[in-house]
Amino acid sequence: MNSKNSEKLSKIKQLVSKYGIALILVGMVILMTILKPQSFPSAKNILNILNQSAIVGIMALGMTIVIISKGIDLSVGSVLALAGVVAASLSQTSAASIKVFESLGQQPIFVAILAALAVGAAAGAISGGLIAFTGIPAFISTLGMMTIARGIVFLYTQGQPVSKLSDGMLFFGSNVFEVIPVPVIVYGIMIIITAIILGYTRFGKSVYAIGGNINAAEVSGIKVKRNIVLIYIFAGVTAALASILFTGRVASVHPGSATGYELTVIAATTIGGTSHSGGIGTVWGAVVGTLILSVLTNGFTLLGIDPYWQQIVQGMIIVGAVVLDMRKNAKKA
Amino acid sequence: MSDIEYILEATNIVKKFPGVDALKGVDLRVKKGEILGLVGENGAGKSTLMKCIIGIHPPTSGEIKFDGRQLNKFSTSDALSMGISYIQQELSPIEYRPIMENIWVGREPRNRFGLVDHKQMYEDTKELLLSIGMDEDPKMLVRDLTVAKQQMIEIAKAVSYDAKLIIMDEPTSALSGSEITELFSIMRKIKQEGKSIIYISHKLDEIYTITDRVVVLRDGEFIGAKAIDEIDVNQMIEMMVGRKVTDLFPKVKCEICDVKLEVQNLSSGKEFQDVSFDVREGEILGIAGLVGSGRTALIETIFGIRKRTAGHVFIDGQEVNIKSPADAIANGMAFLTEDRRLNGIFPMLSVKTNIIVANLNNLINKTGLLNTKLVNMKSLEYIDAIQIKTPSQDQLVMNLSGGNQQKVLVGRWLMTEPEILFLDEPTRGIDVGTKSEIHRLISQLAGQGKSIVMVSSELPEILGMSDRVVVLSQGKLTGILENSDELTQEIVMQYATNNMS
Ligand SMILES: Nc1ncnc2c1ncn2[C@@H]1O[C@H](COP(=O)(O)OP(=O)(O)OP(=O)(O)O)[C@@H](O)[C@H]1O
Ligand SMILES: [Mg+2]
Repeated sequence: MNSKNSEKLSKIKQLVSKYGIALILVGMVILMTILKPQSFPSAKNILNILNQSAIVGIMALGMTIVIISKGIDLSVGSVLALAGVVAASLSQTSAASIKVFESLGQQPIFVAILAALAVGAAAGAISGGLIAFTGIPAFISTLGMMTIARGIVFLYTQGQPVSKLSDGMLFFGSNVFEVIPVPVIVYGIMIIITAIILGYTRFGKSVYAIGGNINAAEVSGIKVKRNIVLIYIFAGVTAALASILFTGRVASVHPGSATGYELTVIAATTIGGTSHSGGIGTVWGAVVGTLILSVLTNGFTLLGIDPYWQQIVQGMIIVGAVVLDMRKNAKKA
Repeated sequence: MSDIEYILEATNIVKKFPGVDALKGVDLRVKKGEILGLVGENGAGKSTLMKCIIGIHPPTSGEIKFDGRQLNKFSTSDALSMGISYIQQELSPIEYRPIMENIWVGREPRNRFGLVDHKQMYEDTKELLLSIGMDEDPKMLVRDLTVAKQQMIEIAKAVSYDAKLIIMDEPTSALSGSEITELFSIMRKIKQEGKSIIYISHKLDEIYTITDRVVVLRDGEFIGAKAIDEIDVNQMIEMMVGRKVTDLFPKVKCEICDVKLEVQNLSSGKEFQDVSFDVREGEILGIAGLVGSGRTALIETIFGIRKRTAGHVFIDGQEVNIKSPADAIANGMAFLTEDRRLNGIFPMLSVKTNIIVANLNNLINKTGLLNTKLVNMKSLEYIDAIQIKTPSQDQLVMNLSGGNQQKVLVGRWLMTEPEILFLDEPTRGIDVGTKSEIHRLISQLAGQGKSIVMVSSELPEILGMSDRVVVLSQGKLTGILENSDELTQEIVMQYATNNMS
């Protein structure tokens, strides 16, 4: 091989290792545009993809912070359901036949939203507090929270779906100006907020320090315990926000809702390059990882491929993305 | 009372760990504007005492007064904000973050919106690095720096706190000569500003160069405090060890027989080129050179850790093609790495397991299971031989003192009884008494006809132990010197700097 060629090759290699996962997304988009030039690149379809991304995407933002800190949060699916049924129960119209609170009239929408956020924050504070103050692994603490929260959902609803919701709540499943889905706007705002938190606040820097080297973080005077609690509160709040979008969209929250979402969220985060060894990860990665999953679903639907294949491909992408990242981060010998 | 002002007064500090009394009532006083040396054997309690002062471990009992104030129940961040900063014995970088974030973590400069001001942080870092003679880009990831540079970053960080007392726990164990000089000039400047430093090191020449006073600990007890010009090195060693250490390099002249390992025109990329030498049975071959001269790369290449780009390796006259450490081990080699924390220790496993783990094949009985009796016997034998200070062989390695963790690794490789043993800085961070023990073991192995290749930055060690010395300079072989009384440190340095007259 001549030197020019090999130079080119090493340039490509650099590019791939720097933008690896974004390139996969671009590749998927190009491929779909070629295969379905009519339906895939339309504005309507793109907004649809973004709309489908919002719920998992917002939770992936929280999960990214958790995983950068070398933790994990298995409870986000159940917390979504819990915050969702609480929000829904507080926004049932008087026309509802089965009500969680028999005599409660219709509440203003902000009550439902605040209640959902409070539920998410409380669940996060409990999981995070257990991790920080008892030293149990995040996996265990949030596994417990996942099961407990789901149990509370069933108790709270007596196993019944919560439906007949106010217009205020249904707004979160609608479009503004007829075209832009509200979830896309909320997702966009959350991306910006999370990017600022992670990149430009002391809290964000501490998250990287705690995940990268907890000993260094401690010796540098970072209040590690307090930060860990905050990290899980943030994750809980993202689940609560997602629950509002979820409730607005489906208009009726079933107690079994969002089962297994935590794994999709972890998958999106992982594909986005956040390392489970801690200390590595970005907001942009989380967005790209989420979009890859959504484009995949959308593409398979448009192409009419058996949806079971989707699971197989999704699994391969998760593993492939991590292999790619490991190579990127491997110690230069 | 006298009018000496103390910045720190720690009185009757006791620290108990399960099964270990690490400190048994130690007093430590540091004057304002002095550099206090703290010395003692591995496991004497030096690091533990420092951890009590910085708030990592609360002492079991005792009193700590800093700057005239009594401290009760305080955290590391309290200690930092009062004006104590700390360089840990083990390097502890946040590898995937830039230099600047490593330095300012937890106290990043902020703009008026309360957001981190990256520009300010960049400039502050640039200035700080320049002041310690570094010109690295503050945005560089710490993982891309050499261990020595990482250590310099830790030093920069400790200095940047503008503390009244800086604790330095073995800061030079990864540094080369010029960096040590740089560190010492920084330390003198700090002292001139009326601030104090506690300086821990096993290199006694450094203690004599830089400190004003020394405090000696042994087995968790305060043994004595002396002005540095009132104590000679033998007295100091005797205070540390509790007995006289007569021979630091107990080298026995052994019979040197046939060539065991031969290396011809070996190269590995840019690290080193065209190096040829041989090692005979029963010989100790020293490899000297400045940091960055390719010493470690050379033996790593022979051992299959690094890729060989040219050259041949022969064992017993037969060419061998070693592509991985497993190949090397199969060919009777063993390797004690320089970077022990990263490449060797299993911190969550016991001392025993850490010692035997490279030796499992020799410790199984006929059924293929581990022979527990033999395992216990063997591991005790080595714990004894190299004097690993541990309450039992089942103690987790992470609970040992830094130097004792290193001894565990020395034990692991000595136990494999290899034909060819590569040692990279075998006594770094190890106290004088044990140094002499390890040297005796190395010498003993050579006496059994093994071939030893030893990289060391400490020239007295090279001259005290080697039969011949290979000197590298900037990746090139500059000399193979026969060790005799005429060979001096100066001569070796001339070859190492490639500055022969
Ligand atoms: N976390 C811990 N748990 C149990 N024992 C410990 C712990 N930390 C230290 N020790 C023990 O306390 C004693 C003193 O250790 P320390 O690290 O202070 O020694 P040191 O003087 O710094 O030695 P070195 O020169 O090897 O660094 C040792 O016997 C060590 O095994
Ligand atoms: Mg120590």
